[in-house]
Amino acid sequence: MARRPSGRSGAGAAAVAVGALLTLTACGGEAGGPPTLTWYVNPDAGGQERIAEQCTEESGGAYQIELQRLPRDAPGQREQLVRRLAGNDTSVDLMSLDPPFIPEFAAAGYLADVPPDVADEVTEDVVEGALAGATWKDELVTLPFWANTQLLWYRQSVAEEAGLDMEQPVTWEQVVDAAEQTGTTVAVQGTRAESMTVWVNALIESAGGQILENPEAEATEYELGIASEAGRRAAEIIEDIADSGVGGPQLATANEDINASMFESEDAGFMVNWPFVYQRAAGYVEAGNLERSEFEDYGWALYPRAVEGEESRPPYGGINIGVSALSENVDLAFEAGRCIVQAEHQKQYFLSDGNPPAKASVYDDPEVVEQYPMAETIRESLENAAPRPQTPYYNEISVGIQRTWQPPSSVDPQTTPERSEELITDVLRGEALL
Amino acid sequence: MLAGPAFVVMLAVTAYPILQATYDSLFAYRLTDPESRRFVGLNNYAVILTDPVWWNAFGVTVLITVVTVLVELVLGFALALVMMKALRTIRPVLRTAILIPYAIITVVSAFAWFFAFDITSGFVNPTFGLEGTDWFASFPTAVSVIMMSEIWKTTPFISLLILSGLAQVPEDLQEAAKVDGATWWQRMWKVTIPNMKAAIMVALLFRTLDAFRIFDNVFIMTGGAAGTETLSFGAYRQTISRLEIGLGSAYSVLLFLSVVAIALGFIKIFKVDLSQARGEK
Repeated sequence: MARRPSGRSGAGAAAVAVGALLTLTACGGEAGGPPTLTWYVNPDAGGQERIAEQCTEESGGAYQIELQRLPRDAPGQREQLVRRLAGNDTSVDLMSLDPPFIPEFAAAGYLADVPPDVADEVTEDVVEGALAGATWKDELVTLPFWANTQLLWYRQSVAEEAGLDMEQPVTWEQVVDAAEQTGTTVAVQGTRAESMTVWVNALIESAGGQILENPEAEATEYELGIASEAGRRAAEIIEDIADSGVGGPQLATANEDINASMFESEDAGFMVNWPFVYQRAAGYVEAGNLERSEFEDYGWALYPRAVEGEESRPPYGGINIGVSALSENVDLAFEAGRCIVQAEHQKQYFLSDGNPPAKASVYDDPEVVEQYPMAETIRESLENAAPRPQTPYYNEISVGIQRTWQPPSSVDPQTTPERSEELITDVLRGEALL
Repeated sequence: MLAGPAFVVMLAVTAYPILQATYDSLFAYRLTDPESRRFVGLNNYAVILTDPVWWNAFGVTVLITVVTVLVELVLGFALALVMMKALRTIRPVLRTAILIPYAIITVVSAFAWFFAFDITSGFVNPTFGLEGTDWFASFPTAVSVIMMSEIWKTTPFISLLILSGLAQVPEDLQEAAKVDGATWWQRMWKVTIPNMKAAIMVALLFRTLDAFRIFDNVFIMTGGAAGTETLSFGAYRQTISRLEIGLGSAYSVLLFLSVVAIALGFIKIFKVDLSQARGEK
């Protein structure tokens, strides 16, 4: 009969087991090589993974970068990172951050201070919009990586048929008229999502206003500029697109991807969208899913104007690299961040994934110009781009806009801007739900 | 004494979160700004209960619950009768086939229905000649698709519960009714249903509680757009998206109280006897 172990021998066995485990753990640490930096990235076509591998190699064994993928949409990325950081998760070292959420992360103390030498290096030669997006209260809090902007994409044949001179800046009115005249579509992001805020912000900014007048104030004292002349102009443009029917039957659910597909179809006329649509169409031509002649019909111009004679303020997006204040390897993480955002990697990322660089000089690179003939237009657009409200309460403002300006068919210039401003004000004062 | 550890685990996993949420609901507390946390008493509850957003979500949730549960009850009963009458040889196969939708993860089924009805890639529009119909753009169509996916997914559950009730109806009662010349309908109304009332009520109770907490379908298909926001989705929006822990906790507590009210209502008004359904009486 097997003898049951006594309490003493049981405890001894446990001690041996714990000891063995500790030894193994220690060995694991030694055998693991250089410190591992975990970089939380937004999903892409694999470009960030290649950069991580290259930086690991370039570090000469000082560190290795491991990737963790965040959800696909920007609010989902924010939610996951905030929950980790609020829970004191030290496994986060580097983060690919969408610019509108940077003030919230900075104000909460989640971002490590950028060392002056790193700041000098990574801000050199960076386009204006990207610099503004990486900054909070006049201080650089993240490293500019890539800077996105929307262009007006059009079918050259349609613009020609409508007699629209695309060499000159065009207004939303002209675009809608041209689409109506030729029986084509104007693809805009009318779905209830972050993209709706991007659109409304660009329209209000282009009409000379801004959603948030005093981002440095306390949230309860914010002055909003939605119920304004500019807000009404923005609502008129959306109303015009919805009423004329050029937005297509899926206007209320159209996002960037749906719009890109819409623009690849036969009745496409115009579209406002990020530059990824060009790379996507080129890929479809290669795969035989899109006629080359249709791809060659693609034209691009600066974002449409809201007011005749006034410059447009295109949407600004992109990704910046933040270093977590909770990281156990802050210095190494900044080293890695410095490597990630170097001009060569920005160029490579543009060529592989279609995401435009934050450094202005990359747009002059012959390889870039060859693959992206609209590179100069992108750079010009980035110089004019208007960031979304820079505030730790961006999410409240964004969701408030989505709730009041969606669906586009419900937008009324007489009531929507007022309703939107009222709701957001109440939400910021803690007097309303979202 | 033997139930002690189980009791402790129950307290840890159910009572503690409920008490913590109730406590948090008394504060204005934002996750990214813990320093400005302050006691506000019942103010969060007042904000929620006076906001049309809560009442709209409440209305939508009740509508989805009532419609889906009633349709599922009828369909589930019919499926249970089919399973009951099926030949013994094909009965396991039939049960498995009927159960397949219930085995699919809710998020996956929500995506399947979303893509089926999607205006650009869905097969429903071209199949029925409805090109250009955006199902998720307006409330009546969006909520219909959400309810259809819910019904498709959980009817098997209700049918299984009803099947177990059908199996409990004594065969000799049916025989006696037959001998007395009762028709199929008379036997159904006078013998079968009264004898399986407890099973029906338990099925209704479980499904009502389940339907009242609907989240996945709405999250995937509309993200709350077109007026389809439900109570669970609202709780998610306040707590996870806005990071307003205080307001979100109050919202969750109200949702919890609604669920408790439904459960008590079923037990008191419809006199559901859980012990009878378990076969203890």
